[in-house]
Amino acid sequence: MAEKKWMPRWFYQLASPRWCYEITGKLLPIFAIAAVATLLVGTIWALAFAPADYQQGNSFRIIYIHVPASILAQSCYMMMAVAGAIGLIWKMKVADMVAKACAPIGATIAILSLATGAIWGKPTWGSWWVWDARLTSMLILLFLYLGIIALNSAIENAQTAAQSTAVLALVGLVNIPIIKYSVDWWNTLHQPATFTLTERPAMPSEMWVPLLVMVIGFYCFFAVAMMLRLRNEIIQRERRSSWVRDLITG
Amino acid sequence: MSDTVPNQPADSGMVSECKVDGPFWGALKRDLLLSYRRKSDLVNPLIFFLMVATLFPLGVSPDPGFLADVAPGVVWVAALLATLLSMDSLFRSDFEDGTLEQILLSPQPLYMVVLAKVLAHWMLTGLPLTLLAPLLGVMLFLPADGMSGLVISLLLGTPTLSLVGAIGAALTVGLRKGGVLISLLVLPLYIPVLIFGSAAVQGAVTGLPLGGYFAILGAMLSLGLVMAPLAIGAALRISVSG
Repeated sequence: MAEKKWMPRWFYQLASPRWCYEITGKLLPIFAIAAVATLLVGTIWALAFAPADYQQGNSFRIIYIHVPASILAQSCYMMMAVAGAIGLIWKMKVADMVAKACAPIGATIAILSLATGAIWGKPTWGSWWVWDARLTSMLILLFLYLGIIALNSAIENAQTAAQSTAVLALVGLVNIPIIKYSVDWWNTLHQPATFTLTERPAMPSEMWVPLLVMVIGFYCFFAVAMMLRLRNEIIQRERRSSWVRDLITG
Repeated sequence: MSDTVPNQPADSGMVSECKVDGPFWGALKRDLLLSYRRKSDLVNPLIFFLMVATLFPLGVSPDPGFLADVAPGVVWVAALLATLLSMDSLFRSDFEDGTLEQILLSPQPLYMVVLAKVLAHWMLTGLPLTLLAPLLGVMLFLPADGMSGLVISLLLGTPTLSLVGAIGAALTVGLRKGGVLISLLVLPLYIPVLIFGSAAVQGAVTGLPLGGYFAILGAMLSLGLVMAPLAIGAALRISVSG
């Protein structure tokens, strides 16, 4: 009797740490090359060739770091929460490890977004920080990341830590839209989103094409960083299994 | 062979009593009774609430005009911190004496038991805080128009604080030092309640219509009532099994 498959085969294969380790080993160089290429092209294009803004002059160029970082910080949270949910529902060890790998990267990227925002805010708004909706919600996102990291490091048992973190990440996921809208209605000064999926960007293509390249570059960089952390985590957690021993002893 | 019918209740009176009790009322009664027998713990969050509000005139400025401006936010922040402070002990003693494990193993729906425990917690912290809040309002020169907004917003907001805080308490109950960690986990999630709660009080002071604020606080409470016990139950299972 043929067993009914609910999920494609690769989904089950992902549950195997060993298979995951091998596939990320193959994917890693591809994403690394893509990240270096897109970030290099994007940065040079953005800093040297993209036209200056008619109001803000050259200071607007920090957008090429700020916007990708902000987008990535949010996507990273989504990925962490989804991976956590998969880990909770299907008890997949690899998903737990992915969620754990995402948190520090997301926190760092959120700090980068806040820092570049502050640097951009100084010449544009005249102050490093304003209690504006989007800044505040990004700060809260950073707090959520920090809470998740703190919870994860406070629990010694790796499985319990992963499950607890997943519950917290999911609660945060429900709360993020609420936080976003509450803060939006509370106070706003920041310009609306630069990129939306449904509308054409308000800036000329010479400006937004390098930005798009940078966004892709940031995602590739995230993939590389995530896979490195994931592989590290796999090796550490599977250190007692034979394939890791064989790998280490060569 | 014996002709006794199995599963026949030994005492029908007891069964009907169990039905009246149910998991929800049983848990609620138990928690209220336990807290009533340790009365000193009940007052602590209230004293804390008063003390925090006292710090602001001392630390910032005793000027009545200034205090009236910040009063909505200060009372709300103080209520939020007082709730947070009392959160850590919500599941702690049950966890330590093994009651929590028995609750999880029992055939009763965990959702109802958790809801009852949170309700008991709110009746012993959130509700007294709400009743005490007008006193703080007077101390901080909150205009009399703002009082109704203050009380209603706290009445709608503090149950949400208890529900969300209980998720943090459930996640950290297995840890020896949950105190600081629980604040890190829960405070970011408290922000929407704080924003709309204090905005409602501001609105009441300036005479704006308050329906919208109360509707949003009520919506957050409804969402919390439906979703939070699920998360609390899942977190308790993880904490106890880990």
